[in-house]
Amino acid sequence: MKQPDSVKDIAKNPGQPLAGIDPLEQIPLPPPFDKLDEEPPYAQLTDEAREKYVVLDDTIAVNIPKPQSKEEEDRLVQGFLSGLEKCMSTEDNWAFLQPFEMSMEHCAHCQTCSDACPIYEESGENELYRPIYRSEILRRIYFKYVKKESTKVHGDIDLNWEVVARLIELSYRCNVCRRCAQTCPIGVDNALLSREIRKIASMEMGIVPKELHTDGSVLQLEVGSSTGMTPMIVKDNIEFIDEDTAERTGIEIETPWDVEGADILLIHNAGEIMAWPENPGAFATVFEAAGLSWTMSSEAVAYDGINYGVWYDDVQFARVAVKHAAAAKKLGVKKIVLGECGHAHKALTVIADKILTGDLNIPRESSMVTLRDIIRSGKLKLDPSRNDFPVTLHDPCNLVRLMGIVTPQREIIDAVVPKGRFREMAPHGVENYCCGGGSGFAIMSGHNFADWRHHMTGRRKFRQILEAFQDEPMDQEHPKYLCAPCSNCKGQIRDIISYYDAWEKAGIYYGGLVELIVNAMVDTEPGFIDWEWH
Amino acid sequence: MTTLVYVIAYLGIVFFLIAVVARFVFWSKMPMHLRWELYPVAHEGGGRAAYGGSYLEESDWWKKKREVSLLGELKVMVPEILFLVALREHNHKLWTRSFPFHFGLYLVAATTILLLVGGVAEALLPANVAAPINAVIGLVAPWLGGAGLVLGIVGSIGLFLRRRGRELKDYTAPADLFNLVFFIVAFGVALVTFVGYDRDFSLVSAFVANLATFNLAPLGSGTGVLLLMLSVVLLSLLTAYIPTTHMSHFVGKYFAYHSIRWKDEPNLRGGKEEKVIEELLHRPISWSAEHIKGDGKKTWLDAATEEPEVESK
Repeated sequence: MKQPDSVKDIAKNPGQPLAGIDPLEQIPLPPPFDKLDEEPPYAQLTDEAREKYVVLDDTIAVNIPKPQSKEEEDRLVQGFLSGLEKCMSTEDNWAFLQPFEMSMEHCAHCQTCSDACPIYEESGENELYRPIYRSEILRRIYFKYVKKESTKVHGDIDLNWEVVARLIELSYRCNVCRRCAQTCPIGVDNALLSREIRKIASMEMGIVPKELHTDGSVLQLEVGSSTGMTPMIVKDNIEFIDEDTAERTGIEIETPWDVEGADILLIHNAGEIMAWPENPGAFATVFEAAGLSWTMSSEAVAYDGINYGVWYDDVQFARVAVKHAAAAKKLGVKKIVLGECGHAHKALTVIADKILTGDLNIPRESSMVTLRDIIRSGKLKLDPSRNDFPVTLHDPCNLVRLMGIVTPQREIIDAVVPKGRFREMAPHGVENYCCGGGSGFAIMSGHNFADWRHHMTGRRKFRQILEAFQDEPMDQEHPKYLCAPCSNCKGQIRDIISYYDAWEKAGIYYGGLVELIVNAMVDTEPGFIDWEWH
Repeated sequence: MTTLVYVIAYLGIVFFLIAVVARFVFWSKMPMHLRWELYPVAHEGGGRAAYGGSYLEESDWWKKKREVSLLGELKVMVPEILFLVALREHNHKLWTRSFPFHFGLYLVAATTILLLVGGVAEALLPANVAAPINAVIGLVAPWLGGAGLVLGIVGSIGLFLRRRGRELKDYTAPADLFNLVFFIVAFGVALVTFVGYDRDFSLVSAFVANLATFNLAPLGSGTGVLLLMLSVVLLSLLTAYIPTTHMSHFVGKYFAYHSIRWKDEPNLRGGKEEKVIEELLHRPISWSAEHIKGDGKKTWLDAATEEPEVESK
């Protein structure tokens, strides 16, 4: 495989890719996908794209146009250096200054993180995707061009517009899953550095993938949701979901909207409403059956729990978090419960924790916990035999490694799945692997980026899923359920299942956690899980 | 000449202490950052630390008293500091080099402290009390110090060779190699002094005792004394040098764990952190992108609460 020989190569071979994937050289997947030459074709980047945009490897995430003049080239370099200085400012970057500076100063280059990174491993240990490759470029730029320190101490690197543009692209070759940080003996966080590079690009230079910004957080703040749903449309859609769910379960439900003084404001990732309507339908069914006092909000932004800023921009992040909290404050709810969306969990519960004060500081709780408590309460009559099929669980990084919510979802599965049908992936819990869609990748599919993530970022998770079911007949006649309690993860898993025809060839189906609960509820019609819909 | 060696030794120790304190102050003065914890968090109580769980697994967690276990932290930190457990678990090959290096350093430091204690005891305590203390130290110190020097040199050579290997070579700056060579030379001279001229540590014990009691008396003459003085100079320079380099990660690591990885304390309404957050939110912002337009006057609070301008797509 093509790969750089050195960190300094980032400044060399203008216009040429520094690395590339040869799918025939990758580590084969477990059966029935173990023949490399039978894998789906890997789409190539078009010549037109290579001409127009900055090239790093054999895909493009950010679409940085090649500069057309010396002024444009200089603007890239100066913009980056200016942003880097601001990253070290107690005013512009108080929010991450300590973690950032810690990771800039204390890397011992021991490479312990490399083995923890599924992208690096699945790439065949391609140097470009080594976790510290991008960090080292950033460090050398910082120490040489911002702090003007000796290159004998921190290493040397040339700086030109292409280095800057390639480094920004390279920050979008990391899922920010922080598995690397978990293994660092010193506590250096290369994933954080990926995010800081993204921040510099977005917050200083205005460079960011369209899916995250223009079609993401900007759209959410403008109309209410990155799906484009306005308050009126989301209410219509939920009404339709209520009706459809009632038809499937035999239980009438009506999602409550804007109930002042309710105990719970439930915020879904609006992607669930559009792509997996059975999920909000299942939540409503369970919450109503348990007799909870709950509501959804039709306030713009507050019916979509996503917060893409968590991947690239602190200001966009704060704007969305404040809107979520303000909607809860307006309704006077006792707490916000976050639906099955990992990054929404982390964004509002953990990261926003240090920006929400006073009456905006409304407690946030994971739906894993709320659902677990409902199960414990005994308010639902459950028949686990309705879920008599093999089940495995994907641990969303944001929920597990970054929030420590590990056991509630397992306790639920234990209650709704027959003994012996559930199997863990290896590894799981806080040592899990990212689905491959983390840090925004699941919604990024420009050029051939979707194929790139299937072969690079999602391959380890797909490998884990296949391994988890290897003791079962791998065909469609023996359906298997991959439980992924995160909308973003489901997006990535949906794509990779489709890419490999994993339903048709191996009977692998995916869905959320709450669907398993409703499928096991004695009071509902059997067959809530629709195996043919995937 | 001898006086100069004493002065260098004092300066080395003083500079080290000042630099380490300065590093501590530097990291501890940093503004509060947004939460960025990483599980497992060692102080989580209720048995949760074992599997990486958190208080967020509890319903209505904000109403409950958090279970924070100092013992849990110690159970992770002590083995980590002494035996580099994380490295052993995740990078065993490097651990076989890094552990002897670090443990050798600890032993040399421990030996120095023992000798200082011996010197102080001899100066301050009655002879019948100081004598047995120094007898024990005299027995233990040569073994500890010798083992420390050997381990330190073996580890340094192992790390040096690994840095020249394919995987690390490109990530190695000249200073990284210099640091290791510095250790090899300083420890090497000390080892030659010990093995060749000071097997019972009488010379170094006398020097450290003088150092501890501010008695700048001459140590005598001969090759052994010259080598001892050279060792003291090199080790003093090394001691002063360490905290000025990225080898000060022993300070940074404390903050990496306690202020970042394990910093899971929630900001509760009306709690002590809200005032700090309010101040931070009023800091000016100067990010230049179109969707922020920070001008150095606009604050974080302004930026977070302003209604967005409609952007053209």
